[in-house]
Amino acid sequence: MGVDQQPLGDNIITTSLDGLVNWARKSSIWPMTFGLACCAIEMMATGASHHDLDRFGIIFRASPRQSDCIIIAGTVTKKMLPVIKTVYEQMPEPKWVVAMGACACSGGIFDTYSVVQGIDEALPVDVYIPGCPPRPEALLFGLMKLQDKIMKERNSFGSSIGLGERLEPAA
Amino acid sequence: MASTEIMTVNMGPQHPSTHGVLRLVVELDGEVIQKITPHIGYLHRGVEKLSEHRTYHQVLPLTDRLDYLAPMSNNLGYVLAVEKLLGIEIPERAQTVRVILTELTRLKSHLVWIACHALDIGAMTVFIYAFREREKVMQLYEKISGARMTSSYFRVGGLSADVYDGFEKDVQEIIDTFPGHFDTYEGLLTKNTIWMQRTIGNGVISAEDAINYGITGPALRGSGVDWDLRRDNPYSGYEKYNFQVPVGKNCDTYDRYKVRLVEMREAVKIIKQALDSLKPGPVLADAPQVCYPPKEEVYNTIEGLIHHFKIASEGFPVPEGEVYQSVENPKGELGYYIVSDGGTKPYRMRIRPPSFVNLGAIEKMAKGAMIADLVAVIGTLDIVLGEIDR
Repeated sequence: MGVDQQPLGDNIITTSLDGLVNWARKSSIWPMTFGLACCAIEMMATGASHHDLDRFGIIFRASPRQSDCIIIAGTVTKKMLPVIKTVYEQMPEPKWVVAMGACACSGGIFDTYSVVQGIDEALPVDVYIPGCPPRPEALLFGLMKLQDKIMKERNSFGSSIGLGERLEPAA
Repeated sequence: MASTEIMTVNMGPQHPSTHGVLRLVVELDGEVIQKITPHIGYLHRGVEKLSEHRTYHQVLPLTDRLDYLAPMSNNLGYVLAVEKLLGIEIPERAQTVRVILTELTRLKSHLVWIACHALDIGAMTVFIYAFREREKVMQLYEKISGARMTSSYFRVGGLSADVYDGFEKDVQEIIDTFPGHFDTYEGLLTKNTIWMQRTIGNGVISAEDAINYGITGPALRGSGVDWDLRRDNPYSGYEKYNFQVPVGKNCDTYDRYKVRLVEMREAVKIIKQALDSLKPGPVLADAPQVCYPPKEEVYNTIEGLIHHFKIASEGFPVPEGEVYQSVENPKGELGYYIVSDGGTKPYRMRIRPPSFVNLGAIEKMAKGAMIADLVAVIGTLDIVLGEIDR
């Protein structure tokens, strides 16, 4: 396979525990299968054969209990908002929110009585992806930005064994 | 036998197999479905209200986002309705390009249908294959309009611009390769035992019931009713093309699957005929009060600039009256009912979405079946919540 088959011996690597935990987390972001509107189709296209999210370790899960990340893909209506909040609350920590598309970021072209003008009115958004709908490449870029963000988190290890809070990088 | 209690199960709006934000409240006796109550409105964006505050051209991008799997078909229905109200003639070339693109849209929409329908039943390979082919149509969309999904390429009066050089070659490549891909899907599914067991005898609705419920599109034709608006009420020059309207016999999910597959093959035939008849010519109607002037005129003459500015800022007035125009969307009859008060904005626009009407029959189709079969019924109805909730 081109990899040197020689044993590496008793080598060690030095890293921080936070770095190790962050690396593990960013390499296995499992988002929810949660499509709302048009953007969900582009999200599916990103997950399908041509763009293939699996190579980033991103595998869609159907249950919030198994997910790390929720991609708000589409228009959030006032009727839908309580459902999204419930699903978000069901997700275990640590969890991240990606606002995909103009509607999830700001309401988009639907400035009407029934549409929530951006999911950030209810959830703490980590990454905003513009576009109507964003191209699969844009979604990939957004998820890579999320990975960068996860790598900068501090006290990831401590918080996971119950010592203090996980600290997000300053914006 | 011990009597069982009726159990109420909530399916959706967050569920991987409900194709969006559909919520079904299902009453179960054991595993057998007794009653289904669909709850809709989780994607209600107020499109009809919004369109009352926009000029006729500005409404067009809203129609893309109704049935987002078939944006060009939605555009076509809308522009045809407005053109009918205006009474303008559309040039031959524009009509033919519209037919090519709406039939490509039909392929695109049916590819998502087969992908998701098969995925829900457990055949993942079809999903991977269908999305690979769909990407080809998306790339063509992007070349032609700049957008992969929400294209807004049609205009009242014709097209926003003529097709790019090499369009014919790209379309030819699609129609050359796609029939082979359809063979692949059929090879994976048609004689597949699991597929047959899950779909034959599932979601049966008789022809009479289908008509009474107002079902249209492949779901109606699967029940053996020979009705297709492209042939029976032609628009945009469909009367010129030779194509078969497939109908089913057994009124079940399997027949609807076969109908859609034949429809995809027929769509390829229509594209082929349209491509052969494509001749050079203008793509915008000779109606200066409605259509934008050519860009060279806008940039180089003051008259052209004023003309452009006037349409862009005010829109164009549409004669007082009302109109209903329906087109054969991949999902069924998509109708636009527009009332004009003579101004530059629609007084009222009502959309007849095929998915909404088809969804009404879900209880009829799934009553008495097992809960696991409900997923197959949702898949065969091919609903899109964007147009159900509008």
